[in-house]
Amino acid sequence: MQLANKAAVTGVGDTDYTRDAGGRSALSLQLEAALKAIRDAGLVPREIDGIVMPSPTSPVVAEELVTNLGIPDLRFSAGTPLGGAGPVAALQCAAAAVAAGICSHVLVTLGRTGRTGQRIGARIQQMPQFRTVGEFEAPSGALAPAQYYAPMARRHMEVFGTTSRQLAEIAVTTRQHAILNGNAQMTTPLTIEDHQASRIISDPLRLFDCSLESDGAAAVVVSAANRARDLRQPRVLLAGMAEGHPDSPSAITQRGDMTRLGLAKAAPRAFAMAGVTPADIDVAEIYDCFTYIVLCQLEDLGFCAKGEGGAFVEGGALGLAGRLPVNTHGGLLSQAHIAGLNHVVELVRQLRGEAGRAQVPGAEVGLVTGYGDLGDGTLAIMTRG
Amino acid sequence: MNQSVPGKPMPDASPETKPYWDALAQGKLLLQRCAECGRIRHYPRPMCDACHSMASDWVEASGEAVVHSWTVAHHPFHPAFRAELPYVLVTADLAEGVRLLAQLRDAGAATLRPGLPLRVGFEDNGEGSVLPVLRPITPA
Repeated sequence: MQLANKAAVTGVGDTDYTRDAGGRSALSLQLEAALKAIRDAGLVPREIDGIVMPSPTSPVVAEELVTNLGIPDLRFSAGTPLGGAGPVAALQCAAAAVAAGICSHVLVTLGRTGRTGQRIGARIQQMPQFRTVGEFEAPSGALAPAQYYAPMARRHMEVFGTTSRQLAEIAVTTRQHAILNGNAQMTTPLTIEDHQASRIISDPLRLFDCSLESDGAAAVVVSAANRARDLRQPRVLLAGMAEGHPDSPSAITQRGDMTRLGLAKAAPRAFAMAGVTPADIDVAEIYDCFTYIVLCQLEDLGFCAKGEGGAFVEGGALGLAGRLPVNTHGGLLSQAHIAGLNHVVELVRQLRGEAGRAQVPGAEVGLVTGYGDLGDGTLAIMTRG
Repeated sequence: MNQSVPGKPMPDASPETKPYWDALAQGKLLLQRCAECGRIRHYPRPMCDACHSMASDWVEASGEAVVHSWTVAHHPFHPAFRAELPYVLVTADLAEGVRLLAQLRDAGAATLRPGLPLRVGFEDNGEGSVLPVLRPITPA
């Protein structure tokens, strides 16, 4: 069964994104976002009959959403524990569930007190996906995502000549978009020189190559496409979706080609399902836990050849007037770290024409990616229709 | 100095990986080898991904390696490593065809380039664990 255009994102919602949600719980934040997304779709909570939880370490479980929202008949519940690839994987999971007729309206929520609650940087030590590196690499002092991912960026620099200033281009453009968005943690302009002067976290990654720690939540509703037609919003169809896993998924150290992510396997599948090519994409929301991960994904998606990502991002190419507007909301780098569910929310708003000052004029075909753990990749291609 | 600093992460060995850690304590780097097809694999694990045999033995690595990539840690993600900052973590290609991640000794990151020859050494981490380290064959 072909999944293309069988499901649509019918509702989106989010909370304020801050460094400190004033003591509110992750559940409270997720309920706020969920209710906004359900109402945005023109639904009422009792019509939700599926829930997909994208985070393996979520402090919120489906049962609590059922209890608080008063969902009388949940027919489908699943998890997509792929770290930052989880939210986009959840779209595919939800689309499959509604296309199979198991349920009609699936709620996907993710929210955290990443800044004031359990710090995201320390979170991975408890995750089973990190067991291998926890045994063999952590004792030597490789302890955090920045330290696991930095050798990929260094390898890319050595093999292809990619520079830190090219990574800075991504941080600078993303910050411009966050300022336009308004609901963002980072609100002051950033220059390439600011980036180059920022302290090194794990060479070659500097402070402004790294994403934020945030308090906040986002939510979306995925509905069967034939049910979406009757709802409140213009339909945003899920035209192509795929998931891909890198070689040596448990340890980047042992990966034959350290410059290639799981997304490289997923991208051709999703483009083929949607019947479009990278040249058709009007706007792209690319998972940006670190600037380098954006650059690498642009290559793995086929926007440029492997090794040409540095040149591709130069000269404001990812800005609203550039060749490929990327992370029009400010991303994880400057809006908030909601594990990329905020990227999904933004893509839907772009395709509805609701993105405010950061709207890409006439955006009709868009793409959102997820990147998780040690290189898992997901993407969804959406179209207005 | 600060008595509240927690210890470094200790190798959490399983019965399947214990021989690797026991050998390091003796100054030997062991690699797991499939007893059926002879394929060397790292990190240690139960099954050969080529022939799916679960029988394995151990071979001692030659200690010859070359640089594949690296990072220089500047931020104290763990308080027990704060005093060692900055330290260089090298991803090295071992002569046996698998990779090793270890701290660099006797050289700075500025001397590194892919393909630079290294040799594996062994060092007590100060808290009772012996870990591999990497040194340039010709000190910089």
